[in-house]
Amino acid sequence: MANRMDDVISLGVGEPDFVTPWHIREACVYALERGYTSYTSNRGLPELRQAIAEYLTGFDLHYDPERELLVTIGGSEAIDICLRAIITPGDEVLLPEPAYVSYRPCAVLAGARPVAVPTRAEDGFRLTSEQLARAVTPRTKALILCYPNNPTGAVMDGADLAAVAKVVEDHDLLVISDEIYAELTYGRRHVSIASLPGMRDRTVLVSGMSKAFAMTGWRIGYAAAPPDIMDAMLKIHQYTILCAPVMGQLAALEALRNGRAEKERMVERYDQRRRLIVQGLNDLGLRCHEPKGAFYAFPDIRSTGLSSEEFAERLLQEARVAVVPGNVFGEAGEGFVRCSYATSMDQIQRALERMERFVRSLR
Amino acid sequence: MDQQRKVAILHLLHEDSRLSPETIGAMLGEDAEDVRRVIQELERDKVILRYSAVVNWDKVETSRVTAVIDVKVTPQREVGFDAIAERIYRFPEVRSVALMSGAYDLQVVVEGGHIKEVARFVAEKLSTIEHVTSTTTHFLLKTYKADGVIFDDQEEDRRLVITP
Ligand SMILES: Cc1ncc(COP(=O)(O)O)c(C=O)c1O
Repeated sequence: MANRMDDVISLGVGEPDFVTPWHIREACVYALERGYTSYTSNRGLPELRQAIAEYLTGFDLHYDPERELLVTIGGSEAIDICLRAIITPGDEVLLPEPAYVSYRPCAVLAGARPVAVPTRAEDGFRLTSEQLARAVTPRTKALILCYPNNPTGAVMDGADLAAVAKVVEDHDLLVISDEIYAELTYGRRHVSIASLPGMRDRTVLVSGMSKAFAMTGWRIGYAAAPPDIMDAMLKIHQYTILCAPVMGQLAALEALRNGRAEKERMVERYDQRRRLIVQGLNDLGLRCHEPKGAFYAFPDIRSTGLSSEEFAERLLQEARVAVVPGNVFGEAGEGFVRCSYATSMDQIQRALERMERFVRSLR
Repeated sequence: MDQQRKVAILHLLHEDSRLSPETIGAMLGEDAEDVRRVIQELERDKVILRYSAVVNWDKVETSRVTAVIDVKVTPQREVGFDAIAERIYRFPEVRSVALMSGAYDLQVVVEGGHIKEVARFVAEKLSTIEHVTSTTTHFLLKTYKADGVIFDDQEEDRRLVITP
């Protein structure tokens, strides 16, 4: 519906508003001119895997590019093949919710039974070990983590993760850690659960180029996993995908080698918009915890008396601002809406003005 | 407020001088009053000299001409290039003057309503200044990007309105 209306300001977009930095696009053009148009190794270009391995050392992660890294069609493919590789039909997969919309269907398609683990605004939407332990059963196989989180912007620091890791070890679970927003943290460095003692061998790390380098359309992501799981994932990948597109892989290589400055510039922008939108939402009476990562604010709209769906629908109809109702990310998201600040400062300010008028009209 | 913060404020104002102290404060996580005070200081210290708009004049005035002139001069004892630069920048038609390294000394940008106006300025005013030894005039044909702003009309946001 929102796609068909005029004059809509969208805070609904889950991708960067920046175009891929020119030096990365230019590297792809150059690769095409030189005729890089063929398949690559199933695992991905060796140089790219090497660059990913080096890049991951920045998060205290050490993977063998020959055996433990796989270049995929976005983080999306990595999530899918990982679930298919590890699930035996009937296994349970724990999903801290609100969660990115793909996990549940991917788990179901892999034959698993998804089990929601609610996270709460009071905890800043972090996963607590108590909530997690309560959801574990003898059939639990894996836990999907996504921090920095879409849609809540929550991050987990080392201590938060250590508490979760203890439950994971006690119950011998696997972790799928979707760290696609790892570069988008504000005032803190991202901590990967795989860097905690004992966790590397039970974690599949999923990440990609989409968010950090504004490369959503290129469809390049990657997975890092211990060799036994990686071998199983590789089998699925090689028969269903063969390999990720070579032009995208070469662009990703350029991004990892020379993209730091542009990435930091984008992160600084997100941070400024983040502060503005959080203050703006709080000022207009929608309580909003501080999102410490990704590019989403997740305000509480319960004070308006509307459900998430009603709020989003009426905001669109009456004020022409598109947001995503929190309930699409799971029951725990009811009462909240997701506002993406991956949009220009100007649009954010105009959206806030419209939202203020809308919220006032409800009171 | 530390230097880094001041620089951040300057960057934001350089990009959009209409941002209010309140908005800048929110963006940087600073108090609006502190931002207001820092901006006043920056104005007082002549760090911020003026607030202006970036205009694509090609869309408004068709006859406007801009010339970029390479000027070679003989520097003078005691004052070097500065005295000559000053004699040049006092002319109102001169938009900018900068001392350059390399094949020439001063880069002078001149604007006029007509090509003849600029030509007359170069012939009668600029090249007759004492110690100016030569000038090479380049007329500017089209501006693609200036001060970080791309002048071609950019395409709108191509993203879908809602994506996961
Ligand atoms: C949490 C999360 N994981 C994965 C993805 C998919 O990213 P990719 O473009 O790498 O497939 C997204 C995209 O929105 C996301 O938000």
